[in-house]
Amino acid sequence: MVLLKGDQAAQDPWIRVADEDPVPDGASALLTYDRWRRDRDRLVLRNAPLGIILHSEQSPLPIADDLPRLGLVALEFPKFTDGRPYSHARLLRQRLGYRGEVRAVGNVLRDQLLFMRRCGFNAFELPDGADVGEWCSAFDEISVFYQPAANGPPSAMDLRWPAESPAETPVSVFGMRGY
Amino acid sequence: MYRYDTLDQNLVDERARQFRGQVARRLSGELSEAEFRPLRLMNGLYLQLHAYMVRVAIPYGTLSADQMRALAYIARTWDRGYGHFTTRQNIQFNWPNLADVPDILDALAAVEMHAIQTSGNCIRNVTADAYAGVADDEVADPRVYAEIIRQWSSLHPEFSFLPRKFKVAVTGAPQDRAALRVHDIGLRLCRDSDGALGFEVMVGGGQGRTPMIGTTIRSFLPEADLLTYLEAILRVYNMLGRRDNLYKARIKILVHSLGAETFAAMVEDEWHQLEDTGPALPAHEIKRIRAFFLPPTYEDLEATVPEFEARRRQDTAFARWCQTNLARHRRSGYAIVDVSLKPEGGSPGDIMAEQMEAVADLAKRYSFGEIRVTHAQNLVLPHVKLAELSAVWEGLAAAGLETPNVGLVTDIIACPGLDFCNLANARSIPVAQRIIERFRNLDRQHDIGELRINISGCINACGHHHVGHIGILGVDRKGEEYYQITLGGSSDETASLGKVVGPSFSYDAITDAVEVIVTTYLAQRCQGERFLDTYRRVGAQPFKEDLYGIAQG
Repeated sequence: MVLLKGDQAAQDPWIRVADEDPVPDGASALLTYDRWRRDRDRLVLRNAPLGIILHSEQSPLPIADDLPRLGLVALEFPKFTDGRPYSHARLLRQRLGYRGEVRAVGNVLRDQLLFMRRCGFNAFELPDGADVGEWCSAFDEISVFYQPAANGPPSAMDLRWPAESPAETPVSVFGMRGY
Repeated sequence: MYRYDTLDQNLVDERARQFRGQVARRLSGELSEAEFRPLRLMNGLYLQLHAYMVRVAIPYGTLSADQMRALAYIARTWDRGYGHFTTRQNIQFNWPNLADVPDILDALAAVEMHAIQTSGNCIRNVTADAYAGVADDEVADPRVYAEIIRQWSSLHPEFSFLPRKFKVAVTGAPQDRAALRVHDIGLRLCRDSDGALGFEVMVGGGQGRTPMIGTTIRSFLPEADLLTYLEAILRVYNMLGRRDNLYKARIKILVHSLGAETFAAMVEDEWHQLEDTGPALPAHEIKRIRAFFLPPTYEDLEATVPEFEARRRQDTAFARWCQTNLARHRRSGYAIVDVSLKPEGGSPGDIMAEQMEAVADLAKRYSFGEIRVTHAQNLVLPHVKLAELSAVWEGLAAAGLETPNVGLVTDIIACPGLDFCNLANARSIPVAQRIIERFRNLDRQHDIGELRINISGCINACGHHHVGHIGILGVDRKGEEYYQITLGGSSDETASLGKVVGPSFSYDAITDAVEVIVTTYLAQRCQGERFLDTYRRVGAQPFKEDLYGIAQG
């Protein structure tokens, strides 16, 4: 696995802890939602970073109150076609105001990175051997965004109607082409 | 018509460039077909029985003459000289080489077109009333909102991997020419008691193997809330729609299993929470888009034109065409012209490159350069002066496009079927051709009157058989093509699903069966009744008796 944070390869300090294994002392521990629910009372007393991994059918809304304690929320794509984590990432960022790391894990494909980033993911687990520079070029392939989302450059609407412009006319630099 | 600004153009150009890179990776072997599949599907490229097929988006079925010419150029340069218009107002090219597809996308981008989201489990190309802006029963122009939805849904980061494909249709008129009730979302423009503009929102209609009529979940949604409300519907669907079974993944199944009221409450709840972060639709943006769809500069014309009336009286062929292929324009002295793509011997929706050019020329000369595509796979010249109808008719006739059958028994909707599609169980096009041939007599067609026959080659229902007045569904029976008949379907504002009339018919018997049904209707009908009216009044029994004999019951 190659970890991409922002647009750089990074070391991964997080240890994924299986449900039946003990939580290591002093290390950054990434737990399942079930484990967190089961041992929550003990885990909150722990003095090291905690993260939770949510499967694609698990909404982040039930962990809303726990988010201030969490350094990482990993959202798992069991298949690239399972688009639920996109909604979950936006809920984390835009509804719940979570500002920590939101990581895409599982079946992460190069040609979906841009969608993920726009929904609020800021870390990505790439397959072994992935060329980070090549994967990151996917971020630059599209520069126009029609919708506001959790992250990313201003939308087409923002560019056409900057806050300071009078609401009478759209910005005129965007001329029209003839055929 | 909407014209791209630099932002719109950049997006389409970048997308074409991105796909060129992906095709290069596929051709070099860097990407396997399995890895390439999701990428090509995001760009409307299917792998069919014999070749790739590229489906080009025609947003809300609106084309300029120049765009039509570009489609003709593509058909001639990279395909076999023709294209196929679909029930979703798009066009398909059935024979491109993979290596040429990037050039096709570039040629499209040059005329402000693309193939984005014409396939895949995303929000598909938005459709609208083909008579938008010219229908005399229209409350407001749906193209304005369809364009807004086109932009909002394009490359939507959250909704590009939905449980299943998602189709939105918009109309501005009470008479439904866009089949709203069989779409995932149907939007009908209306006004509230204060005269403010908004939408009736219908959700959960669809065809396929589990056909359903959509339910209204909101009778009035203010126009400013359009995008946040759509975002709420899509989010609820994206999170809760089934992903374990391809055939239960459409939103209609979710709405049905939750109950429309519960679903509506979930959408309302999501919508209220989205208000601050959702996509706003300020009045000035609606105004900006509306400016592109202002009416052309019509002339003040008399409502009756003596030369036109005279020719109608004297020339039977012209009169017949006028009877079926013209619709009332909102402006006096103008007509809406339907151009039938259902000639005898043809494939429904198919059109040759030369014919595209002929339509483009006529549009430029007589219809302010505008063309529409209908969901019945025909074309429309939306603004023709009554005084110029003769010239338009002659121009169409010179191109073999004057078939006077719009809305009649031979104006058949059909999917490509087993001749092209790898999902099909049976052929559709030859069945349509045989029926068209059987009913070729125009006097007879006009006597039969309005009758919609829809043919699908498999249960996926691309030929809309569930909403045909007579629906024909191809099925496989022990390796043989058989056809099941449904009666009483309709996709208009009185939408209904057809009911299976009885056991299916063989390929050789299906045309006779259709003829029996038509004969039964003619025997049963009262003065002024259309086929659908008669069927709704008398029910299936007389048809069953004539098709299967009394014993069947």
